[in-house]
Amino acid sequence: MSTDGPLLDVHHLVQEFEVRAQGGVRSGVVQAVSDISFALEKGETLGLVGETGSGKSTLARAILQAPRPKAGEVLFEGVDLVKLKGRDLLRARRQMQMVFQDPFGSLDPKWSVARIVEEPLIAFRTGARPERRRRVTEVLDRVGLDPERYGDRRPRSLSGGQAQRVAIARALALDPALIIYDEAVSSLDVLIRAQVLNLLERLRSELSLTYLFIAHDLALVKQVSDRVAVMYLGKLVEIGPAESLYREPLHPYTVALLASIPNPDPAAPRAPVAKTIRGEPPSPIDPPSGCRFRTRCPRAQDVCAAVEPPLRRLADRHYAACHFPVAVDAPAPEASAQEVARAQSGVVAPAAGRTPHQLGN
Amino acid sequence: MSEAVLEVENLRVDFRQPGQLVRAVDGLTYSVDRAQTVAVIGESGSGKTVSSRAIMGLLPPTARVTGSIRFDDVEMVGLPEKVMREHRGRGVAMVFQDPTRSLNPTMRIGAQIREAIQTHGEVSRAAARDRAIELLELVRLPAARERLEQYPHQLSGGMRQRVMIAIALAAEPKLLIADEATTALDVTTQAQIMELLRDLQQRLGMALIMISHDLGLAASFADEVVVMYAGRAVERAPTRKLFAHVRMPYTRALLDAIPRLENASHTRLAAVPGQPPNLALRELGCPFTPRCPNATDHCAEHEPAFEEHEPDHLWACWHPCSDEARL
Ligand SMILES: Nc1ncnc2c1ncn2[C@@H]1O[C@H](COP(=O)(O)OP(=O)(O)OP(=O)(O)O)[C@@H](O)[C@H]1O
Ligand SMILES: Nc1ncnc2c1ncn2[C@@H]1O[C@H](COP(=O)(O)OP(=O)(O)OP(=O)(O)O)[C@@H](O)[C@H]1O
Ligand code: SF4
Ligand code: SF4
Ligand SMILES: [Mg+2]
Ligand SMILES: [Mg+2]
Repeated sequence: MSTDGPLLDVHHLVQEFEVRAQGGVRSGVVQAVSDISFALEKGETLGLVGETGSGKSTLARAILQAPRPKAGEVLFEGVDLVKLKGRDLLRARRQMQMVFQDPFGSLDPKWSVARIVEEPLIAFRTGARPERRRRVTEVLDRVGLDPERYGDRRPRSLSGGQAQRVAIARALALDPALIIYDEAVSSLDVLIRAQVLNLLERLRSELSLTYLFIAHDLALVKQVSDRVAVMYLGKLVEIGPAESLYREPLHPYTVALLASIPNPDPAAPRAPVAKTIRGEPPSPIDPPSGCRFRTRCPRAQDVCAAVEPPLRRLADRHYAACHFPVAVDAPAPEASAQEVARAQSGVVAPAAGRTPHQLGN
Repeated sequence: MSEAVLEVENLRVDFRQPGQLVRAVDGLTYSVDRAQTVAVIGESGSGKTVSSRAIMGLLPPTARVTGSIRFDDVEMVGLPEKVMREHRGRGVAMVFQDPTRSLNPTMRIGAQIREAIQTHGEVSRAAARDRAIELLELVRLPAARERLEQYPHQLSGGMRQRVMIAIALAAEPKLLIADEATTALDVTTQAQIMELLRDLQQRLGMALIMISHDLGLAASFADEVVVMYAGRAVERAPTRKLFAHVRMPYTRALLDAIPRLENASHTRLAAVPGQPPNLALRELGCPFTPRCPNATDHCAEHEPAFEEHEPDHLWACWHPCSDEARL
């Protein structure tokens, strides 16, 4: 086991689904995750955004090997999970937990809160009963649920925020290294959501957890993430430090996402989102040739249909897959002169120093 | 005739349930002018949907509605149902959150729009078809003509919501109520649909009630904002005034809990504790007391009245926030 490499290192991950023709839906292969690579450092939070069907949940499940990806490698602490089987895979899997959007859907309604949180400990044969009980009390305390008051309750008698705390407590029970949150706060009300987000932040720093945080709300993702990845139709189109991705988005799709965030300041100037994106998402079955965003991109040129843009490094730790990236301020130190020249030959002159709020809203 | 299309006064909706009475809406008062957009904002269960269903006359028989709902200067509460339906059918339409549930999955899009057109007047089949195409073009659905032959599942979520809006517009409503109409959609699609609604509203001179839990959306699109808590209106003002001079601690809490792009990563959000009250247990005093940073003993005993304290700015609070206050 290596200790100094990234916690999670994903290489050329591919996941596909065959779909059969059914009432108007064509048959074919959905390329839900298409050759995606990224790494996650210990203690880091990577936010993952993208529209519905872009492959976020599929990517998360492929990392957990449920189901196994079609191709690629998922190195967890240096060990490729794709090659692990049986017990070895199980042992690695306890290091990774997932929390889902619908708290009630993921909690067994017949079980008490304490039993739900104990379940993973039983499944992984961890400790004797008194020990497990102690652990349950401990994690319920951690997520802010009084074990005395809530331990015997059924999910039905909980509010949405409380139920989500139970799901988080369950995820913590096995003391994982990585937690994947798949839209875990998306269905919560603003005030409850703020409570849960603060809880996630506290847990992260107290327990040195690593997070993959999937959500469709960009402002929310920024709040919790060190880096942010953007997916579109199965492709990773941009990834970079949260600060620079929001300040200087490189991919036109990221620009559209940022322009779509309603600004809670009515006096802020707003540009219509129609200038940043058009039309409807194309079918995930045989997606557009070249750049998959080209059918909706205001910057698209002929080359975009012919050549698929590779993910390129355009700024410090900041990568985008676009022939004509939006804001390339200064040539990235390690980018080749040719790369920069091509990046800057975009139709629209590189817009230096624009803030997300000037771009949209 | 007044400028107002809709005037809701002291609206109260009770649900009778075995052994308890749920007061879902408790003395709601607001009005909507012609061509105005009013946002009704509040957390889940605050009574947004029930109050708008009361306006539409779409509540189940277990609901008891009192107070006053004047639409186009006609009092709707207490009118015989049939008369009420007719009057309202001509003037108010509603778009809901979930377009998949509101559209008939076994019927072609064209037939569903034609049906809506024909319930609002004697129109020939051909004329209804032309009008259906016109409506689909109005909501900017690409390839409108071909869509008529398609079924709902062949459209994306955003396209289905456009069809729902087209159906609502078939009635040529004076007032459109959009209940979380964009909540289930992707952010870019949500922004596209909101821009569409605003354009339509300006072009057709239609009034719009936009129901949402998202204060950010209200800031971007509404002329006036009504904030609800526990079935009550707790603050109401023209949008800019409200955001510049938040008075209700609850509104302040909602606003401070929104993640901002200008925040650095890992900053804590201002969060109030607790959750909204159980509406079946009516307690004395201000319903926000257990969660409110400004609360005093007085708040727990006496319910503050919802009144105009500054020009056009109403709130219900004993200890309103100052302009500088942040949680
Ligand atoms: N088991 C499956 N069988 C067939 N297709 C699938 C399956 N799971 C996912 N897909 C398809 O793969 C694509 C990616 O789906 P996925 O659920 O990963 O998207 P997502 O980004 O998580 O979307 P959302 O924001 O709606 O959760 C979609 O086109 C989806 O329809
Ligand atoms: N048919 C009904 N019978 C009994 N109670 C009801 C009924 N419909 C709604 N309620 C209650 O009335 C209250 C207000 O509900 P309403 O649906 O108006 O909330 P809302 O503000 O629209 O919330 P959301 O944001 O979740 O849509 C809730 O407590 C709800 O449980
Ligand atoms: S490669 Fe072309 S189509 Fe794709 S995002 Fe860049 S400019 Fe747009
Ligand atoms: S009346 Fe009291 S409890 Fe209610 S919002 Fe105002 S200060 Fe808070
Ligand atoms: Mg998903
Ligand atoms: Mg509702």
